Amino acid sequence: MFEFCTDPATLPQWQWFACYLTTATHFAFYRSFLMVMLLLAITAPIALALGLGGAMAVRSRIWPVSWLGKGYVNIVRGVPDIVFFMFVPIALGQGIEWVFHQIQCPDWDQPIRQGNDFIVCREAKVPGVNAPAWVRDVYAFSMAVVAFALVFGAFAANTLYGAMQAVPKAQIETAEAYGMTRGQAFRRIVLPQMWVYAIPGLSNIWQILIKATPLLFLLGLQDAVYWARELGGQKTSLYTYPHPDWRVWYFLVLLCFYLFLTWASERTFGRLNDRLSRGQATAAGERQRKAAT
Amino acid sequence: MRTCAESFEGYILRALGRDFGERLLPRNLDITLCDQLFLIASGLIWNVYFAGLAILFGFFLAVGVAVAKFSENRLFSIPASTFVFVFRGSPLFIQFFFFYSAFVLLPRTGIDIPLGFVTLTVNTSALTTAQVGGLIVLILNTTAYSAELFYGALRSIPKGDLEAADAYGMNAFTKFRRVVFPSMLRLAWPSYTNEAIFLTHSTTLVFLSAFPARQQAGEAFYYARYFVDQTFNPFVAYPIVAGYFVLLTLTIIGLFGLVNRRLNRHLPKERRQRIRFRPQYIR
Repeated sequence: MFEFCTDPATLPQWQWFACYLTTATHFAFYRSFLMVMLLLAITAPIALALGLGGAMAVRSRIWPVSWLGKGYVNIVRGVPDIVFFMFVPIALGQGIEWVFHQIQCPDWDQPIRQGNDFIVCREAKVPGVNAPAWVRDVYAFSMAVVAFALVFGAFAANTLYGAMQAVPKAQIETAEAYGMTRGQAFRRIVLPQMWVYAIPGLSNIWQILIKATPLLFLLGLQDAVYWARELGGQKTSLYTYPHPDWRVWYFLVLLCFYLFLTWASERTFGRLNDRLSRGQATAAGERQRKAAT
Repeated sequence: MRTCAESFEGYILRALGRDFGERLLPRNLDITLCDQLFLIASGLIWNVYFAGLAILFGFFLAVGVAVAKFSENRLFSIPASTFVFVFRGSPLFIQFFFFYSAFVLLPRTGIDIPLGFVTLTVNTSALTTAQVGGLIVLILNTTAYSAELFYGALRSIPKGDLEAADAYGMNAFTKFRRVVFPSMLRLAWPSYTNEAIFLTHSTTLVFLSAFPARQQAGEAFYYARYFVDQTFNPFVAYPIVAGYFVLLTLTIIGLFGLVNRRLNRHLPKERRQRIRFRPQYIR
């Protein structure tokens, strides 16, 4: 990074740290924080969409759809989270490979599970046998996104369902009295108004989602936890930058990072809640109305 | 192949260490369904140990922290709020890593605390084991979460109750013991039940890569992961461990429900609070 970094052993304290903190591996560590943010940014909208779909399915008048929605919400919410995070990527990966195997090698005569091995034909491997490293990374990352989105979609569905029920019934009846169809009443009355009831629950789910991101490490991704362990471990004089066991400092940085995320999202949700309460028939909306006059 | 009875004998207490059953865990093709059932069941010993002790210690600490946070004296309320924010605002997974790496740095020989007439030697090497160090992290974590619940309950104690206590001339301690504490507990109990459930579920994080499982003695999920690594088949071990946790959850709901009945026994039926299970597992 800097010119004076050629021989770190001879450097004074602050320059040594300047060089140490700008090594290539440290930049990978900093990038891994971006990966956490990226996971949050991708997962949150997918989970919200799944949640909206799930909540609408639960409300549906067609019973197979409603059963499907209820089944999804209750099964996912009833199984401990880590079990799900570990289970979904492996099960999904094997499922995808099994489907490809059925399509591409129909005349394969051996069983897929031989003892403790899961064997599919060469063409059915996902990602491909010769896939470059970045394809494997993207594949592992998307598996994590799917697992997170499935779990948090179920949480969100539950919250959104409650919020839809909380919209005053009289308003929906009024809409129907004006001749709106059920779909129109949902789009024009329920959907815009449910958010104020959903925000406390959604903010809660968002906080939980933030706290679930270090579990990425368990899925074999090189996230912040991986790099903190890697970089913090004791380095002997064989390394360019020898240092004792510094893991505790690296984890302190991670701790502060998550505390900052929590604090920032608390503030954002507080503001959002104020904005959405404007003109609503709730205690908070009433307080705003009084303050304005 | 072992028979089911042999697996039971070999593995039902294996989680206590390698002297309590087979020295080695079953491997590769040697794994039977009964092995998985019993070894994962034996891991539950540690889940119950961690959850039980953490809830026991955490309860009393949480009452103290909640009262401190509610206090009008900023000398108490600010440290208590900070403690709650730090432990509720960061992932338990990171807390395990942080405390483990901090405990490792402590001198192995123990720390001498001179008390004047006698020197107390704190055994620090025990802190790097999950059974002590991991338990401490869990206690701190559940203290923060429960303290927030109790704090919320303290805030919603009816004003009339407190005024009545004052009118009777109760001093501060009697008022707390006979009015504030029982009401707080009653109001917080349904949410506290959920907290106990989440805590039990998060005991699965103890052996997840921070604290080592010496002699391969771990909790239920540790063994489930072991089996999935060995057999590469997630469709057996994970459903088993999920099933055990559902049973554990139902036990907790039952036990806490009994306490809830006792706490609400003076109220008319329609004003009693029911325990509602709201699963939300991740910390």
